[in-house]
Amino acid sequence: MTDHFAGAKTYPVPPTTEERTILGKRAVRLEDPPLVTGRGRYAGDINFPRQLHMRMVRSSLAHGVIKSIDVAEALKLPGVVAIWTNDDINELGPVDFRADRGAEILKPYRQPVLAKGRVRYVGDPIAAVFAEDPYVAEDAAELVEVEIDELPVVVDSWATPGEFEPGRSTEGALLKHSFGDIEAAFKKAHVIVELDLFTGRHSGVPMETRGALGYYDSAKDILELHGAAKVPHRNRETLVKMLGRAPKGLHVHESHVGGGFGIRGELYPEDVLVLVAAMRLGRPIKWIEDRREHLMCANQGREQRHKVRIAADKDGKLLGIDDEIFHDQGAYVRTHGANVANRTMCMMTGGYDIPAYRAVCHYRLTNKTPCATYRAPGRYESTFVRERLMDALADKMGIDRIELRRRNLIGKSQMPYLIEFEEQGVEELLYDSGDYELLLDKGLKAFRWDERKVEIAARRAKGEAVGLGIAIFVEESGRGPSDGAKMSVDATGDMELITGGASLGQGFETSMAQIAAEALGVDYQRITVVHGQTDRIAQGIGAHAARATVLTGGAVNETALKLRAKALEFGSELLQLPVGDLDIVNGVIVKKGAPAGGPSLSLADLAKKLTPGAKLLNGRDPHLAVEAWFNTDHTVFPYGIHFAQVRVDKQTGQTVCESFLIAYDIGRAVNPMLVEGQLVGGAVQGLGGALFEEFAYSETGEPLAVTMVDYLLPTLGEVPKIDVLITEDAPSPMNPLGIKGAGEGGINGVGGAIASAIDDAIGKPGAVVQLPVTPQRMKALLA
Amino acid sequence: MSDTVAITLNINGEDHRVSVEARRTLADTIREDCGKTGTHIGCEHGVCGSCTVIIDGEPMRSCLMFAVQADGRKIRTVEGLAKGDELHPLQRAFIDNHGLQCGFCTPGFLMLATAVLEKEPDIADGDLLDALSSNLCRCTGYQNIIKAVRQAAIEMRGPRK
Repeated sequence: MTDHFAGAKTYPVPPTTEERTILGKRAVRLEDPPLVTGRGRYAGDINFPRQLHMRMVRSSLAHGVIKSIDVAEALKLPGVVAIWTNDDINELGPVDFRADRGAEILKPYRQPVLAKGRVRYVGDPIAAVFAEDPYVAEDAAELVEVEIDELPVVVDSWATPGEFEPGRSTEGALLKHSFGDIEAAFKKAHVIVELDLFTGRHSGVPMETRGALGYYDSAKDILELHGAAKVPHRNRETLVKMLGRAPKGLHVHESHVGGGFGIRGELYPEDVLVLVAAMRLGRPIKWIEDRREHLMCANQGREQRHKVRIAADKDGKLLGIDDEIFHDQGAYVRTHGANVANRTMCMMTGGYDIPAYRAVCHYRLTNKTPCATYRAPGRYESTFVRERLMDALADKMGIDRIELRRRNLIGKSQMPYLIEFEEQGVEELLYDSGDYELLLDKGLKAFRWDERKVEIAARRAKGEAVGLGIAIFVEESGRGPSDGAKMSVDATGDMELITGGASLGQGFETSMAQIAAEALGVDYQRITVVHGQTDRIAQGIGAHAARATVLTGGAVNETALKLRAKALEFGSELLQLPVGDLDIVNGVIVKKGAPAGGPSLSLADLAKKLTPGAKLLNGRDPHLAVEAWFNTDHTVFPYGIHFAQVRVDKQTGQTVCESFLIAYDIGRAVNPMLVEGQLVGGAVQGLGGALFEEFAYSETGEPLAVTMVDYLLPTLGEVPKIDVLITEDAPSPMNPLGIKGAGEGGINGVGGAIASAIDDAIGKPGAVVQLPVTPQRMKALLA
Repeated sequence: MSDTVAITLNINGEDHRVSVEARRTLADTIREDCGKTGTHIGCEHGVCGSCTVIIDGEPMRSCLMFAVQADGRKIRTVEGLAKGDELHPLQRAFIDNHGLQCGFCTPGFLMLATAVLEKEPDIADGDLLDALSSNLCRCTGYQNIIKAVRQAAIEMRGPRK
């Protein structure tokens, strides 16, 4: 190891799955029983007595000045209680940034809770109707008359910037990431390839639309937000600030969540409104988004244009990448500030050893739905760009695609590998561990790359357009700084594990229970995992950026180990045996190696003994309960390779993905079944973004995909069998379990791999410059 | 607009006498008026299939029907699948095969698969996949849903005579 880890806490190589009891095993999920029996409790399933229903009045124009809002007719409708416009809530500031708090210059672009003077996208909330019944609320919203003077729209981020407001350009920021001498790199280049690439506008589109319920407990003066997701604790911080409440007077509660993918659970205007209305109208407020609203208003992402060039020497060794990016942020800057643009730039060089790099990003507002993070934000985009460059360079130099990549991969001996950017305040990347070439070899073998090439040649000879593609990527997960957890054993031996994590369907409860069970020595099914409840634990990172398993998992591990130590300390006294001779097996403290029937003490019995006032305590805290923290300064970097085989129907322009392999190094898997689930599910979403899904807009900024008939999610009919090769060759030295995240490794390289395979299938290297490759675009490529 | 119609919905063998506006969807009525919130609403225009219930033996999108159209008919929802504590083979298979993540689409898939397999226990695999492709899932990538349904299909067919 080099001295890049100097000062950082590192951990020894953790045990393998074979050496574990439950950690690393394919344990069935604790989450499932209520969900398969209809007992799930999603936002729409929550009701409070006397609740009112909120319905938004939204802009039907992409840009304009609001001349008047007439609510008189709507208010006459029986059952309508109130209708608010910005005038009614003008003391409220815009929805604040959660991440990228440093983005001061972007603050003027934040979204007001209700449109203030101007509307900036179709769907921009203008007014909120509160009524006794959701059908009535919708009727009333239809009766609200809004007069808008249209303004010119900006639809493309690369078009001449327009005016966000008088005196303020739609170019919110000009961002930069660079290292090395880029001019010199291109001056000495043997080969330069230039591309103009586009990634389409996609989003997570979870099956459950957004929903929020505001409830005000006036007896306790506590305002509650229900239906929250992803980052309840962080959202609470923002809400406390926006509403000017004391932290103790506002709590956020997560229930079941019907999919997140980065977009659900961020703070949106509607979340703020239900809280304000619950207090002011004195009744609980329920808001459930409809699908059309969702497709116009929930965060979107991915839309970028890259004017990019790459330089290499005569052997194909990369010298530099130089990128000019046009990032479409949509109408407002939402909770992430410029994070997606920054992630795009910082992850662009991926797994390759590149001496010089420069990315300049025009971060621009347009009159379209606002954007933020969608699963693998900035990485799906940058991997597409980087891997397109590699394919184009290989073609231009006449070097095999795999060979060119192999020559440029960061070597195992170079780990840990540091990427430092010149710009002030831009965080460095420290790749913690990896053996990229080993994964490449394993992946090629598992995918049968060479055999497939032979099979494909035979099919091509018969006139079929079939091809293979590859994309190599580095992911990031487990960003710090710290997270905590609490755990207790009750008198029956059941356990409660309280975390500040969040569950979006990824199996959070099961993974956390497995980690705790392994550390403590108990049955994971007896652990109830609490998450997303700000009144149960003061801190929590939620579930974002593939962070939950690593960081919250680290906290859970520490907590369970501390609980184990406490149990063994008392066990030692009660059993009259040294701590070193004891073990905990299936919830019972036993003497190591002793036959059944030897001295033992169950955790349940111990919990019964540790009541307040018990003599045994001798000044120590009662109860079999502890709290502990896990701290880390470092992100961990899992990595993967996607392999695709596609067939193109030249008549219809349809691309069919015939097979797909995800090779992914996870460090250590907590539960391989869940990891596979994350990877396969992510890959299918990525396939959607590569071939079907696109939020298209007309020249006037009108959204053209506002139903699921226009925005095409992959169905079972479009999905090939997806194979997964999980390796554990590079456990992270940055956490005791060696784990890295899995949430985004399934989607990251799909756009790149599919583009690569399509080029190969139609025999036109570099043909694919835009995602998704719809049949229309394919026909144009073939023309 | 407040004119209501008195109807009876038989859900999982139990009669629910409710009074609804003619425009009220069956999905809303099952959920809000009858309290069976296991039936989910994902798109409200018949594309995603999360709201699939079985009506007189046929899988139907309850968001595309008015409650009044279901008056007097026999409706089955996900809450009626298990027999007491004993899960239906499909429910068990979904758990065993990790056929769900967020679980939102799951009731729709369970009801769709139940209806398909009850009607045609020996359904050809291609036809089964075809039927299942009418519902959407955003988490699983479908692979484990297919595995689960195939496993349950074998169990539901029972031992060969």
